[in-house]
Amino acid sequence: MTHRLSEAWYQLPWVVRRVVVPLAVLALFVFYPKYVAQLPVQWAPQMGVMVQMCVFAMMALGLNVVVGYAGLLDLGYVAFYAAGAYIAGLFATQQFANTTFQWKVHFLPVDVPQTLPGIHISVWLLLVIAAAFAALLGIAIGLPTLRLRGDYLAIVTLGFGEIIPQAVNNGDDVFGHNVTNGPNGLTPIDQIGFGTSIHNAVSILPANYHTEINYLDYYYWTGLALVLFTLFCCIRLRDSRLGRAWVAIREDEIAAAAMGVPLMRTKTWAYAIGAFFGGLAGCFYAVEKNSTFPGDFTLNISIFVLCMVILGGMGNVWGVMLGAVVLTYLNYQGLAAVGRELNINISLYSYGIFGGIIVLMMLLRPEGLIPSRRRRVEFRAAAEGVDVGYAVAEHE
Amino acid sequence: MRDNPAGSRATLAALPNFKQHANLVMGLIVTGIVFVVLVGNAVKDWRQFVAIMLTGFTLGAMYCLVALGYTLVYGIIELINFAHGDVFMWGSMFAFTIGISWFGLDGSQTGLVTAALVLVTMVAAMALCGTGNVIIERAVYKPLRSAPKLAPLITAIGMSFILQTLALWRYGPGERTADGVFPDSRLFTIGIYGYAWKNLIVVLITIPVLIGLVYLVRSTRQGKAMRAVAQDTDAARMMGINVNSTISFTFLLGGALAGAGGTLWVLWQTSTRYDLGFTLGLFAFTAAVLGGIGNLSGAALGAFIIGLLQAANDGLSWHVPGSSWTQSVVFAVLILILVFRPQGLLGEATADRA
Repeated sequence: MTHRLSEAWYQLPWVVRRVVVPLAVLALFVFYPKYVAQLPVQWAPQMGVMVQMCVFAMMALGLNVVVGYAGLLDLGYVAFYAAGAYIAGLFATQQFANTTFQWKVHFLPVDVPQTLPGIHISVWLLLVIAAAFAALLGIAIGLPTLRLRGDYLAIVTLGFGEIIPQAVNNGDDVFGHNVTNGPNGLTPIDQIGFGTSIHNAVSILPANYHTEINYLDYYYWTGLALVLFTLFCCIRLRDSRLGRAWVAIREDEIAAAAMGVPLMRTKTWAYAIGAFFGGLAGCFYAVEKNSTFPGDFTLNISIFVLCMVILGGMGNVWGVMLGAVVLTYLNYQGLAAVGRELNINISLYSYGIFGGIIVLMMLLRPEGLIPSRRRRVEFRAAAEGVDVGYAVAEHE
Repeated sequence: MRDNPAGSRATLAALPNFKQHANLVMGLIVTGIVFVVLVGNAVKDWRQFVAIMLTGFTLGAMYCLVALGYTLVYGIIELINFAHGDVFMWGSMFAFTIGISWFGLDGSQTGLVTAALVLVTMVAAMALCGTGNVIIERAVYKPLRSAPKLAPLITAIGMSFILQTLALWRYGPGERTADGVFPDSRLFTIGIYGYAWKNLIVVLITIPVLIGLVYLVRSTRQGKAMRAVAQDTDAARMMGINVNSTISFTFLLGGALAGAGGTLWVLWQTSTRYDLGFTLGLFAFTAAVLGGIGNLSGAALGAFIIGLLQAANDGLSWHVPGSSWTQSVVFAVLILILVFRPQGLLGEATADRA
């Protein structure tokens, strides 16, 4: 059925496929806060959930680069998310005003009094720094581990995903210095905004999100812009020389190496870029939540994001976005609503439901809801015992 | 797998040389640090050191039962059975229901009655876990046997979450605690540190189970079939071995070991929880990798090393990271082993394993 749907989709004229439909969908999303209150249904996602969707869509797209494009299973993606969040937490709070450090650095923060101690760097800049730091962390983790075989790599990344939150949790006593404030977390994080001078010039840009009544709308639009940026990068990367190298490695590592694809460098790039978006999402999430705690970064998050990628369709950005939207909605609003109707606490069992989704998808539709065409051929060929490379070549 | 030589000639020239020695140097450094810390502790307070190492031995026996399940399954179908730790957790839950709730084991019975009831509980938990493991294998792993390699691994992760949630639904989010069934009284004391009977009892029960396993794998027809399938599935099939039933038998064996481990855990630690299997399973997996995955004696060796390491880290006092770092220490071992010696301590280096 879906196959016929996608056939029909490709029959549509170019203008409809590439201009009209994307613009219509984009408009639906951009103006969502304006009409959500008028929607006649109760189950429409609330603004807070929409912001979460943006965060998870960024993460899912980032993980898709690693898992979907390059075929490297990463079970410790939460490490990069945590890294991004802690960059925001460390450099936009009063953390470095404690007894050990007593530093005072200000760089274009919004609504931070001149006298406030600690490091306060503009949150916009921190988004970039966090993403770059996460990418560096990705390279640092990737260099020693990426030569491992697939399933071993999964376990090693899982190890890192467990070690980094624990290190953050124990980071309130690094040889007697309080670096991360341990289980108490870092709060409050500086607020995000455009500052009064920009606000006076362009009045629709708020000076400080938190002084606005509809501040969640502004977070949502910011998140949406970041998702669009991520999406743009992912699509361009997919079609680039690097993206084709990833696919080549995923399909046959030995053949790719024989064709002159530098394995380590290509894989490390996948890792770094995936981590980049994880860090970006983490930083945005921490700023939106105004705090960051070690308890936010558990293995469950890694699995949750992986579940989005699998549900939507590994390697297909649209599928992955759909997976992120559906699962985030279920996790933060849908399941609770269903539970209220049935009078049971389903949220408690949400991870069992996600586990069930993973198993069912793998058994029944391993290519995901909206598969990338290449992936579908790969899975089908493997199931029928046909040579994968031959089947893909045949299909194209 | 080497990089493309056209990439960077200078690093490539230096790389093999570095790589030859890096493994040795890293191994020596890590072992050296562990050795210094252990000796330091032993010198500082040898009584504490001995007492803690003896407890670590019991923990190692526990990990051994779980690690063998990982290594058996990996040896035969090269799948990291992520759900295995949760099968172990279910073993402890079965033992809790049967032994504590139904039989009312609470340490008040006489020795002989306790022994008989523990035996019945353990056999029942082994049977249930073994059967459950086979059902899981038939239902979700078997259809994926020819799928791309990551598919069964991802499925196993999903299965792990399902098993955890089922336990959460059945037994609730809190700890399930039992009265001590095994005597907590001291067998002997070293200085102020006592060695409890229950620590010895766990080891004493583990040993016959392990001997039974070795007998099964080494000396029976079914064990021979397992080894044949592990070595070369296609050749084994051509020799008339029923590969499917052999794989199922392996899962049965792994599940039964996990059931035995779960029973001993709930009787030894006197508590269990729905998420017990996750961390413990990963530690046991680390043990299997440390010894050389697919290698039975390697898994046992690795399990005892991890058990001792964890006990030392949690219990000793001189320059150890302490129990808030346990996971990091064990996973660091896992990462170092995988990076520098992926074949493990006793495994043989094969091109594909690394």
